[in-house]
Amino acid sequence: MLEIKDLHAGIDGNEILKGINLTVKKGEIHAIMGPNGSGKSTLAKVLAGHPAYQVTKGEILYEGKNLLAMAPDERAREGVFMAFQYPIEVPGVSNAQFLRLAYNEKRKHLGEEELDPLEFKDLLKERAKVVEMDASFMTRSVNEGFSGGEKKRNEILQMAVLEPKLAVLDETDSGLDIDALRIVAGGINQLHSPENAVILVTHYQRLLDYVVPQYVHVLANGRIAKEGGKELALELEQKGYDWLKTTATETSGATVRAS
Amino acid sequence: MVTEITKLENSYEEAFRTLQGRSKNSRGSWLPHLREKAMERFAELGFPSVKDEEWKYTNVAPIARIDFRPLLLADAVAPGSDANRLADFTCAEAAQSQLVFVNGVLRGDLSSLTALPEEVVAIDLSQALTNPGYSEIAREHLARYADYVANGFTALNTAFVDGGAFVYLPKSVTVKAPLHLLFISDGNRLATFPRVLIVAEENASATLIESYASTSDADYFTNAVVEVVLKDGARLEHYKVQRESAQAFHIATTMAELGPNTSYDATAITFGAALSRHDIHVTMDHEGAECWVDGLYLVTGNQHTDTHSVIDHRKPHCTSHQLYKGILDGKSRAVFNGKIFVRHDAQKTDALQTNKNLLLSNEARVDTKPQLEILADDVKCAHGAAVGQIDQDELFYLETRGIHHDLARNLLTYGFAEEVIGKIKIDSIRAELDEAVLNRLNARLEA
Repeated sequence: MLEIKDLHAGIDGNEILKGINLTVKKGEIHAIMGPNGSGKSTLAKVLAGHPAYQVTKGEILYEGKNLLAMAPDERAREGVFMAFQYPIEVPGVSNAQFLRLAYNEKRKHLGEEELDPLEFKDLLKERAKVVEMDASFMTRSVNEGFSGGEKKRNEILQMAVLEPKLAVLDETDSGLDIDALRIVAGGINQLHSPENAVILVTHYQRLLDYVVPQYVHVLANGRIAKEGGKELALELEQKGYDWLKTTATETSGATVRAS
Repeated sequence: MVTEITKLENSYEEAFRTLQGRSKNSRGSWLPHLREKAMERFAELGFPSVKDEEWKYTNVAPIARIDFRPLLLADAVAPGSDANRLADFTCAEAAQSQLVFVNGVLRGDLSSLTALPEEVVAIDLSQALTNPGYSEIAREHLARYADYVANGFTALNTAFVDGGAFVYLPKSVTVKAPLHLLFISDGNRLATFPRVLIVAEENASATLIESYASTSDADYFTNAVVEVVLKDGARLEHYKVQRESAQAFHIATTMAELGPNTSYDATAITFGAALSRHDIHVTMDHEGAECWVDGLYLVTGNQHTDTHSVIDHRKPHCTSHQLYKGILDGKSRAVFNGKIFVRHDAQKTDALQTNKNLLLSNEARVDTKPQLEILADDVKCAHGAAVGQIDQDELFYLETRGIHHDLARNLLTYGFAEEVIGKIKIDSIRAELDEAVLNRLNARLEA
């Protein structure tokens, strides 16, 4: 589904990603971990197509197509979704309006008929159960005045409505209390299927207690420094990230490929 | 140029003489006298020039240059019933509480007041001036607040005071239906001088919609003056909706005089006219008054719009809120000049003023100048202005949800306007403005 080959990318001329290789297949859950500044969020933003980041080398194939040639909205309609670490507030536009618009853009793209407000309301009601959000959130402006936890739940609600093939969740666990974490993780698990893939970008292991990845990739200094199964996350939790930094320098240039 | 303007000012003079000649015997001497003084003053002042600090960014030479014909009441040809064409401008909530003026003339056939309580008066100003029941009230307040000595446009309007609306809300009356004053213009080169006087007695409460629109793309000139007087505890929600034709010139002045413990909530929406200017002046000369002086201007092409507001805190314990938002596209230009005065006696004043502008094009331009002048020492005041473009992070967020770039921009623009439109309590107007904003943006958005 996703093949990242020797990806170099940065912002304002500073190279942050220095040769990332990663392959993600349908039905898989991958975790990208690593210390602050390692390039985790940059990778998520490059996947979503943030205009401020430049790719200087390498390629990304999504379902065999050149992802980097697609505009952000095109990627989204093709099934790529990114949950933001800091979801943006959109004053004046209700959550329901916004979600229906996004949903219908995708339907149109797939050659399907758009849903009218009433039809969409039923769908939204159903999907909102995934993150235990009640109707009052739908009439409020997108993320405006939402608590941190509500914003994150709203991201997962968007995922539930848009049903992406590839979901990149950027620090979705940050700033969540334990109850909100449980709800958000439960939502991700409900939405994950053999037909889609999830990339969890996270600093901490705790989300991975709820959403269990098959593969864990640890980023340090813009490269994948270590890879393994879910047990690697536990190891990181105990040892921290410091020991990795040395490893990363030592193994610089070496890239491992997960499959 | 000077000669040319002089000549045209003489054409106002000519129409003025005709008006004065006609009304010499029919009405008390004070009105012709008032007009005479105002016309004299207009002859001295003329139209303002950009050398005048208050008109620095708004050049009204085009108004002076065009030979507009003042339409005198008696000359008005009764137009055929055009109720169908008005449907776009009327509002459902005020179907039985509207006065419709076509080219300055009150049209009884298009107006209806059956939804108003019996004791409420809403009549043509010329009637009020001759009616023994109201002429004293009219005389007490008319031209007391709108200063024709300082302002050439107000002087010209005052010189032509004749038709218009007189609204009187007796003590403690609550008017549920909004009263809609709809001014329609469609005559080429026509000058109209709408004049409105609203007097709300103690604890009266009402909603007023003052709207200007056109059924054609004529290049007329509207010069309006509205005076609002609120007595103790009175409340007024006042919506001004300006959707003049794209060729029109619109100059309007709103003067509000707030009594003790009154509430005045004004919202001015500006979409139309080639050149528009709105002066709104709220005086709080009694304790406990509260006002909202909000607005939204949405302009494009070569449109020019100018808002000058003055909120004058003269006594303690008054509160004012001001939020003006502007959306500019094309080569349009907007001016916002907001003055807040907090006089020496006005302790415990609470005043907040904000002007935010969204530029959708690189060629649009805004001149914004919020000003605070505080002479009291125990007050809470804040003001700010911002001019910006669509936020790139917000745009990216919407795009990552599959929303096309242009639609995402429109959605954010709409959201920007919503902060003002959303406060409008009349559903049909709010819905209509939503639609108008979206039409302007060529966008669609339901749900």
